[in-house]
Amino acid sequence: MSEAPLLTVEHLTMRFGGLVAVDDVSFIAGDREITGVIGPNGAGKTTVFNCLTGFYKPTIGRLALNGARGQFLLEQMDGYLIAQRAGVARTFQNIRLFAGMSVLENLIVAQHNKLMHASGFTFGGLIGLPGYRRAEREAIEKSRFWLDRVGLTAMADWDAGNLPYGGQRRLEIARAMCTDPVILCLDEPAAGLNARESAELNQLLRSIRDEQKIGILLIEHDMSVVMGISDHIIVLDYGRKIADGTPTEIRNDPAVIRAYLGEAEEDDAMPTKGVGR
Amino acid sequence: MQAVLASKAVNYSDAVDYRYIAKRAIGAGLVTLVLASLLVGIEAVSTNFGLEINTRYRAVFCASIGVAIVYFLSQLMHAGRPTPAVVGGLLMLVAFAILEWAYLQGLPLGDQLPFAAQVVNWAAALVPLSLVLRGAYIIYTQKAKGIVRTASQREAGFAVFYLKHNKLLGTLLIVFAIALPFMPFANRRLIDVATLVVTYIMLGWGLNIVVGLAGLLDLGYVAFYAVGAYTYAMLSTDVGLSFWFALPIAGAMSASFGLLLGFPVLRLRGDYLAIVTLGFGEMIRVILTNWWWFTGGPNGINNISRPSFFGLPFERDARPGVETFAQFFGLDYSPNQRVFFLYFLILAFALVTNFFTLRIRRLPIGRAWEALREDETACRALGINPRNTKLTAFAIGAMFAGMAGSFFAARQGFVSPESFVFLESAVILAIVVLGGLGTQIGVVLAAAVLIGMPEFFRQLQDYRMLAFGIGMVLIMIWRPGGILSHRDPTIFLNRGRAKT
Repeated sequence: MSEAPLLTVEHLTMRFGGLVAVDDVSFIAGDREITGVIGPNGAGKTTVFNCLTGFYKPTIGRLALNGARGQFLLEQMDGYLIAQRAGVARTFQNIRLFAGMSVLENLIVAQHNKLMHASGFTFGGLIGLPGYRRAEREAIEKSRFWLDRVGLTAMADWDAGNLPYGGQRRLEIARAMCTDPVILCLDEPAAGLNARESAELNQLLRSIRDEQKIGILLIEHDMSVVMGISDHIIVLDYGRKIADGTPTEIRNDPAVIRAYLGEAEEDDAMPTKGVGR
Repeated sequence: MQAVLASKAVNYSDAVDYRYIAKRAIGAGLVTLVLASLLVGIEAVSTNFGLEINTRYRAVFCASIGVAIVYFLSQLMHAGRPTPAVVGGLLMLVAFAILEWAYLQGLPLGDQLPFAAQVVNWAAALVPLSLVLRGAYIIYTQKAKGIVRTASQREAGFAVFYLKHNKLLGTLLIVFAIALPFMPFANRRLIDVATLVVTYIMLGWGLNIVVGLAGLLDLGYVAFYAVGAYTYAMLSTDVGLSFWFALPIAGAMSASFGLLLGFPVLRLRGDYLAIVTLGFGEMIRVILTNWWWFTGGPNGINNISRPSFFGLPFERDARPGVETFAQFFGLDYSPNQRVFFLYFLILAFALVTNFFTLRIRRLPIGRAWEALREDETACRALGINPRNTKLTAFAIGAMFAGMAGSFFAARQGFVSPESFVFLESAVILAIVVLGGLGTQIGVVLAAAVLIGMPEFFRQLQDYRMLAFGIGMVLIMIWRPGGILSHRDPTIFLNRGRAKT
């Protein structure tokens, strides 16, 4: 973290009319680090993601990315260009796969821009230039690599919509990784997964961080995932940043316990109350 | 009498709730009675004394009772008792055969056929026939018990059959289409109808790129058809360009109109997009009607030159210095030569459209179209430019419409705004949707049904369109995803391995 950080967010504010969804949030996310973003429902976590990935234009703020592909000011770029040029990949809270297309096709579509160049913007591909065939073979190999990583190789020719829920979550991560990102933004990847699947997810995310050498930004409700794998955690509440630090620091931060973990502990305590009655 | 027989035949077991089925069958009959008595039971005819009302209650009653019986039998069949369905269906077929025979012999008994129009009688006879075949199949395979297949299962079954014979069916259809003019039964009328059908197949394939692949609901597709037709008409009459030179210009012209429409509607999706494209289609027609000094207004443009065979015209008497097609090949002149030539021309165009689509589906742009149809937000997150992707789909779809349009102008020798009304857009869209969005062979079947059927059902006169509607409703009920709603992946990882 001594050199320029991968992602620097400064004074990010997003207003929807009178509603301030994100209010003056600043944080940094380091390269080869997993940065967790937590907070109660409606805290503005997904809004931060949407600003980062170009789905919203922030009202105020600077989002500076300094990755392997160069330096970019994300707040000034069009949505699709952030993914195409700057290398920001994301997944969605409610899974957004191309459900009617096969698993493999989902991963090939993720490599669209590279293939588009190889096909000579369709003209070369139409007449069957060898360059395109080679590029397509490479794309298949990369897809196969990621399918092996997420354990979906045997289901590569299924319709993506027919995968079991956990498989769809993993496929979405594989699809995001096929764009060769410098930072991967995951919006609640463990939602709806059982304990074993979350443990596998932790493993996968750690290995992506270590082997692909990219930064990961992670929104998550599942504390076992966030606390277990994050190198660094940011806590949002009502659109403001209330804490920033390592998992141990966050766990002991009184503001966080009041805003977030306290409620979660109460939830956990519910069955005990029931027994006592 | 058949109802009595059927109820006797099924008394051998109490595992099936006959009262429930009978109640539902009577209900179905009553619903038919109510609907049909209003729709077809009353007919207004104009006589010398003014309008009079004819009733056709015999047909309505026959239809209602028939529906009740068939419903009862088919429900029994689904409940695992196929025998009464086979017996009842056979009885109905025998009765139909006797009546039909009597009708052909001119006997008075022949008047007892339930419907006035023969086509309807034959169509109605298909129902007990399918009942018998299904029942026999179930008896043969012995696996009827409790099998009620849902619509999606039926579609899957059909798709599996189709997949097995996919290539073969396609090749057979192409061979048939090429051989059609040389068949013994081919005549000028048949080829004319076939040319019309193939034109719509080409339009359907073109629209399939926009609606089926890219998922952009376009209700104004006929506008691009019109642009192509008028481009060729004007280039031919004002500039004197030949068909083959004007064709690419017309295609490019339509494509640029596609871009023109595409730009303002980039942000719209679904219903909103459909409404705007509908408006665009009407605008083009209104402009063609009102810009009279440029487009000829409602009178249209006539004397459009016909396409030639590599410069050899299809004419009886050649202009001096020009050799005709018949002279060059040493044939006798026949007007059929041009009809056949036009048929092969549009067939070639349509096949080019088809192969282009099949190929582009496997290229990045085609996959991006399909991804855009599935989820535009995810596409943006993957760095796909939604604007360019949508615009290319609009432009390429429009280009094929424009080429079909110039063919239309060349075939008719005359264009006017009346050929490009909204109904045309609706029919083309119906072909694509009923065929199954995104499938190529489904479009062929749907075009044959929707364009060919009204031509062959002319006997029904006014009720031709009702039959058209019934056909669409039946497809909706039985195959809600279209006749062939199957999508093959464009690329496989585990090809050749056992299917899971």
